[in-house]
Amino acid sequence: MAAVFTPIHPRPAPVRTSGPVAWVRANLFANKASTVATLAFLALALWLVPPLASWAVVHAVLRPDADACQAARGTGACWGVITEKWRFIVFGRYPFESQWRPEVATLLLLGLVVVSCIRAFWKPWLAVIWVAVIPAFFVLMGGGYLGLDKVPTDLWGGLPLTVMLATFGIAFAFPLAVLVALGRRSHLPAIRSLCIVYVELIRGVPLISVLFMASFLFPLFLPVGKSPDVLVRVLVGITLFAGAYLAEIVRGGLQAIPTGQVEAARTLGLGYWQTQRKVVLPQALALVVPGIMNSFIAIFKDTSLVTIVSLYELTGALNLALNSDANWRPFKIEGYFFIVLVYFAFCFAMSRYSLWIERRLGASRQR
Amino acid sequence: MNRGPSLPPRRRVWSWRSEAFRGLVFQVVAVALIGFGVWYLAQNTLANMHARGIQSGFDFMKQPAGFDIGETLFHYDALDPYWKAFLVGVANTLRVAIVGVIVATLLGAAIGIGRFSRNAIVRGLCYAYVELFRNVPVLIQLLMWYLFFTDWLPPMLDAPSLAGLFYVSKAGFSFPVPVWTHAHALAGIGLVIGIAAAFAYRRWARRRFEATGQVRSLILAPIGIVIGFAVLGWLAGGAPTAWSIPKPQGFVMEGGASATPEFVAVLLGLVFYTAAFISEVVRAGIASVAHGQVEAAGSLGLSRTHAMRLVILPQALRVIIPPLTNQYLNLTKNSSLAVAIGYPDVVSIANTALNQTGRAVECIAIIMLVYLTTSLSTSAVMNWYNRRAAIKER
Repeated sequence: MAAVFTPIHPRPAPVRTSGPVAWVRANLFANKASTVATLAFLALALWLVPPLASWAVVHAVLRPDADACQAARGTGACWGVITEKWRFIVFGRYPFESQWRPEVATLLLLGLVVVSCIRAFWKPWLAVIWVAVIPAFFVLMGGGYLGLDKVPTDLWGGLPLTVMLATFGIAFAFPLAVLVALGRRSHLPAIRSLCIVYVELIRGVPLISVLFMASFLFPLFLPVGKSPDVLVRVLVGITLFAGAYLAEIVRGGLQAIPTGQVEAARTLGLGYWQTQRKVVLPQALALVVPGIMNSFIAIFKDTSLVTIVSLYELTGALNLALNSDANWRPFKIEGYFFIVLVYFAFCFAMSRYSLWIERRLGASRQR
Repeated sequence: MNRGPSLPPRRRVWSWRSEAFRGLVFQVVAVALIGFGVWYLAQNTLANMHARGIQSGFDFMKQPAGFDIGETLFHYDALDPYWKAFLVGVANTLRVAIVGVIVATLLGAAIGIGRFSRNAIVRGLCYAYVELFRNVPVLIQLLMWYLFFTDWLPPMLDAPSLAGLFYVSKAGFSFPVPVWTHAHALAGIGLVIGIAAAFAYRRWARRRFEATGQVRSLILAPIGIVIGFAVLGWLAGGAPTAWSIPKPQGFVMEGGASATPEFVAVLLGLVFYTAAFISEVVRAGIASVAHGQVEAAGSLGLSRTHAMRLVILPQALRVIIPPLTNQYLNLTKNSSLAVAIGYPDVVSIANTALNQTGRAVECIAIIMLVYLTTSLSTSAVMNWYNRRAAIKER
C-alpha cells in the first residue's frame, strides 16, 4: 500500500508584534474596555472638533477690524484683537518710540537665563555676568543714563515685567536661600530657629498676602517719607517668598550629601565655610538644579499675581489693553488664549529643560 | 557603677579659636541684628502711623462693617460687626478649599492612574491635560472660567439644563436638593453613628482575621454599614421623598440650590489646576513601586485589581502622602486668588476692611493668621496619617 502524501495545511504566519498595525492593536484595541474607550473618544472628537475648528480657524477674523469681529461674534474667533493689541499686551504702557529698550533688555535677560542653563557655563564668571546684567537691565528699562530718556517704573509692563520679576526674584532669592538652608542645618540653636521660623512662616501664607504686605506695609516700615518704588517693594516681596521655597529645595540637596564628605573635608583641615564652599555646596547645588528650575516655573506663573497690586505685567497689561477699549472688550477670551500661549510656551520649555538636566545630572549614578 | 573611662572636664575657652565660642558670638550677633531690625521697622511703623494719623488696634472689629457680602454660609448683614464679616470670609475660604480638595483628589487620582492606561488615547489625553493645566498660571485659569460664566453662558431664562434638573447659566450652577425635614437631620445623625460603627467593625474584623484567618470585607461592609445607618435615620423620620427642583422664574431661580458663578469659577480653576499636580504625584507614587512587587503579586495569583489594591497602592501611598499634603496646602493658599474675581473669601473681606478702615497691619495679620492656622493644622493631620501609613520596621 503506497502511502499517499497528504500535506498538512501550513501554519498561519505569527501575529506581527511590531509595526503600526500591531501598535494599534496593542494600544487602541487591546481588550473590550480599551476598544470601548477608543471608540468613545473618537466619537467625542467627531462631535467636538468640527465646531471648535470652525470657531477657531474657518470663521475666525484675523484682521484688526472690530466691526467684522462683532459680526462674527459667536460663530468665529476674533484673532484680530491680538493683531491690534499685541504690542500693548506684550509691552504694556512703555513709550512706543523706545520700545527697542524693553526688547533688548528682555532678550539680554532671557539670553543670560539660557546661558545659565548650560552645564559648561557653570563657572564663577557666570555670577559676575549676573551682577553686571542686573544693573544693565535697570538702566536700559529705566533710562536716565547714557542719553536714554527716563521711563518711570509705572510705565513698565507686559512680558518684560513678567520675565524681570521671575528672573530677579529667583536670582536675588538664591543667595538668601543658600544661607537659610545652611542655617537650618546649623548646630547653633538660635540661628537654626530663626531660619525655621522664616521658612515656615512664608511657606504657610499665600503669595498674595506677601504682596499685600509689600504694597501696604513696606511703606510703613521705612522712615517717614522714604518709600521705595512699588516695583522694588514687590520685588522684595517676591524675593522673600521665593527664598523660603528655594531654601527648602537647597536643604534637600544638602541632605543628600553623605556625612563622609563633610568628615573628609574636616580631616583635611578645612573650616566650616571652606567645607561648605569647596565640598558640600558644589555637589548639593548641582543635585537641586531641577528643583530650582521648577521653582523658577512656579515663580514665573506666580508673577501674574502682581496684577492684584496694580502692576501691569502680562495679565495686567491684557486687562489694561482691553478694559479701556469698548470696541475690543468683548473679545477678551481671545486675548486670554494669547497670553495662555505665551505662558505655556515659557513654562513648557522650562519643564522640558528641567527633565533633560535631571537625566543629565543623574547620568553618573546610572549603571 | 562603671561609666567607662572618665572624660577630661570640658574647658570653656573664651577665645576666637574655640568653635563653641565663635558659634556663640555668631548667634548673639544674629539675634541682635534681627532684634534691631524688628525694633527699627516697628519704630518706623509707629512713626509713620502717627504721621499719617492711622489708628491701630483690633477695636474696629466690634464696629459695624457696613458692607454686604454676596454669599454667606450663615446669616450676615451690613450692620453686623467686622469680626462677623471676617468669619463669613473664613467660612467661604474653607468651603471652597474643602470641596476643592475632595474633587481635585478624585480627578487627580483618575488622571494619574490614566497615565498607566493600556489605551494610547487615554494615556495621551491625560498627559496633554497635565502639561496644559500646570503650565498656565492659576490666576489666568480662574479669570477665564469667570469670563466663561459671565460672558459666554446664556442668561438664566434660557439656561441649558440637564433633564430639567441641573442648570448652568450666567447666574451660576443650580441643582435639585431634597426638601429639608427632620428626617434629614436624623439621617445625618445616622451617618455619624454609622461611621463610628464602621470603624469599630473594621477593628473587630481585623482582629478576627489576625486571630482566626477568616477574611471579612474591609471596604464594602463598612460602606454598607454607613449607608445602612443613614437610611435607618431617614426611615425613622418618615422617609420623605420631596425634592426641590430648580426652575428659572424671571430673574431668580426658584427652588433647588444654586452655586454662584464666582464660587463655581474659583472651584473649577483650583480643581483643574491642582488636579494636574496631584496626578503627577499619584503617577510618581505608583511608578515608585518596584516592578518586582507587581510580578510577585501576579505569581501569587492576584488579579490586576487585587494587586493594585493590596500590593501597589499601600506602598505607593507612602510616597504619595507627603507631596499630596503640599498640594492640599497649595490649593488652600491659591484660594486666596478668589479676590481677583470677587468671591468673598477671607482675603477679599480683609481687603475691603483694609480699604474702609485703613488698618493695614491688622487686616494683613488676620489673613496671614488664618492661612498659617489652616496650613499648620492640615500638615499636623496629614503627618499623623503619614505616620500610620509609614513602613513599620521591626
